[in-house]
Amino acid sequence: MLDETQGYTTEDGRKIGGVVMEMKNITLRFGGVVAIKDISFDIREGEIRAIIGPNGAGKSSMLNVISGFYRPQEGEVWYQGALRPPMKPYKVARQGLARTFQNIALFDGMSVLDNIMTGRIRQMTAGLFAQALWKGRAEREEVENREAVEKIIDFLEIQHIRKTPVGRLPYGLKKRVELARALAAEPSILLLDEPMAGMNVEEKEDMSRFVLDVNDEFGTTIVLIEHDMGVVMDLSDRVVVMDYGRKIGDGTPDEVRRNQDVIDAYLGVAHD
Amino acid sequence: MPDQMIYAVEVFLNGLMAGVLYSLVALGFVLIYKASGIFNYAQGVLALFAALTLVGVMDGQVPFAHLINAVFGTEIHNFGWHVPALMAILLTMAVMVLLAWLVNTLIFRHLVNQEPIILFMATIGLAYFLEGFGDIMWGADIKKLDVGLPQGINGMIDEITYGIFGYGFFIDNLDLVATAVAALLVTALVIFAQVTKQGRAMRAVADDHQAALSVGISLDFIWVMVWSLAGFVALVAGIVWGTKSGVQFSLSLIALKALPVLMLGGFTSIPGAIVGGLIIGVGEKLFEFAVGPLVGGATENWFAYVLALLFLVFRPQGLFGEKDHREGVRHVLSRSRRLQDILCR
Repeated sequence: MLDETQGYTTEDGRKIGGVVMEMKNITLRFGGVVAIKDISFDIREGEIRAIIGPNGAGKSSMLNVISGFYRPQEGEVWYQGALRPPMKPYKVARQGLARTFQNIALFDGMSVLDNIMTGRIRQMTAGLFAQALWKGRAEREEVENREAVEKIIDFLEIQHIRKTPVGRLPYGLKKRVELARALAAEPSILLLDEPMAGMNVEEKEDMSRFVLDVNDEFGTTIVLIEHDMGVVMDLSDRVVVMDYGRKIGDGTPDEVRRNQDVIDAYLGVAHD
Repeated sequence: MPDQMIYAVEVFLNGLMAGVLYSLVALGFVLIYKASGIFNYAQGVLALFAALTLVGVMDGQVPFAHLINAVFGTEIHNFGWHVPALMAILLTMAVMVLLAWLVNTLIFRHLVNQEPIILFMATIGLAYFLEGFGDIMWGADIKKLDVGLPQGINGMIDEITYGIFGYGFFIDNLDLVATAVAALLVTALVIFAQVTKQGRAMRAVADDHQAALSVGISLDFIWVMVWSLAGFVALVAGIVWGTKSGVQFSLSLIALKALPVLMLGGFTSIPGAIVGGLIIGVGEKLFEFAVGPLVGGATENWFAYVLALLFLVFRPQGLFGEKDHREGVRHVLSRSRRLQDILCR
């Protein structure tokens, strides 16, 4: 069963709860290639959990297993205290896992507002005709959803582009819209696949601030894949280190920094 | 007003009405293309199949009667009852939804992420299959369809115009009904696509599958929904065309008339399908009226295609289409593209 130990309080006073998701002995193969080999770790409520590792270590594959895009050959995913059966990614999303993509996956033809509204699908339950006629529950829901979305738009400081078609936005803003769409779902776990990839220093700082603020403000559990070591160490509460599909380290940023395997495999290379 | 002018106005009005009918067919194409990037060659056959099914249900025909009789040596043809039009339409719609589910489950969900040309080929296969299947199911004879739509000259317009011009315009009641139906259909579709959750999800799926999945949209559901919508539009087109000219094989050929409409209006635009249809309808009727007698008539057969060709040369995305989708359009119409390349050189 799951480790139900009590949470703890971080140095900066945030409350970290019990285990919300646990990966148990996950193995993922593509034909003969082993992308993930026997990896286990857990995610606690309210924490920022990073997965790091060199190129091709299997980080994105891990995220795809969590979000249901890949189905591991072996191992179990436990979510909110129950074993999660193999399920399609859209069902995983409806359970409250929202994600962003390394290469940005937005609806280019739709406005920023519409893009973020698609994130609210989970919160829309009114019938088709009620929606079309703008009556009763549909009207209430639409108003509520718009309010929630406007709050997120304010929060991420993208008011000025809300009516712009996403296809016309620069890269950094697209990343932010994608984050907004994921947030709109009010996810219990937010999965970010390299949120700072391809950004300049200023944009990285902005994005780091948003990630921290989201965690702070909404108490959202965040799982984060990142290349940039500096960013990861500053942001996260606990870090999983992967290399060639194996887990070689797991712990607080300080513990990971001191881990000899990690230094050899990852930091060592970086410092040479 | 000179007689020629009055005739031209009448021709213009009749052109508008004919255009509405073209638009109805083109709408089905646009719907599927927008939501799944598939150019659905089978849309015309879908209309034929819908009309066949509707007639079959209304007349209480036994499906596959010929096949059953041949195998078991029986002599059954009819259940011997007549289903009221409205109920028959609902039943036919149920059949179209079932068909949509089958088409998605058996064919298109296995072709996700394939080249547009492969999807296009699959719809050609579907078209020929459905055509034969419709024949086996309901028989190949020409049938009369009457769901109670009014037909014949509209007396009021005739009288009013006679009073004004001294010449009564001939406007068919059925065309007026078709116009009203098309207007309703388009309004409903636009509201559906813009306002409802399902409509938003449909647009999302059209844009990016992965992203759609990640926000909790079921691709299968959306695709079945889109094919059902296309089936619904096909049913409407089938009813109107079937009432006008009988339910027969040639009904499936109206799809070819939708092609130039789409090239004018753009493959991705619902208003474009309407405007494109109207332009083609009016254009070909006026052209026939003005130029036809000089060149020996029958210009209606080719006018639409020449107009479409001109559009491909000067504005390949159509009047309302998105530039991004130009590639897909060209892909599908590779023959036209080759022509275009030659012309551009």
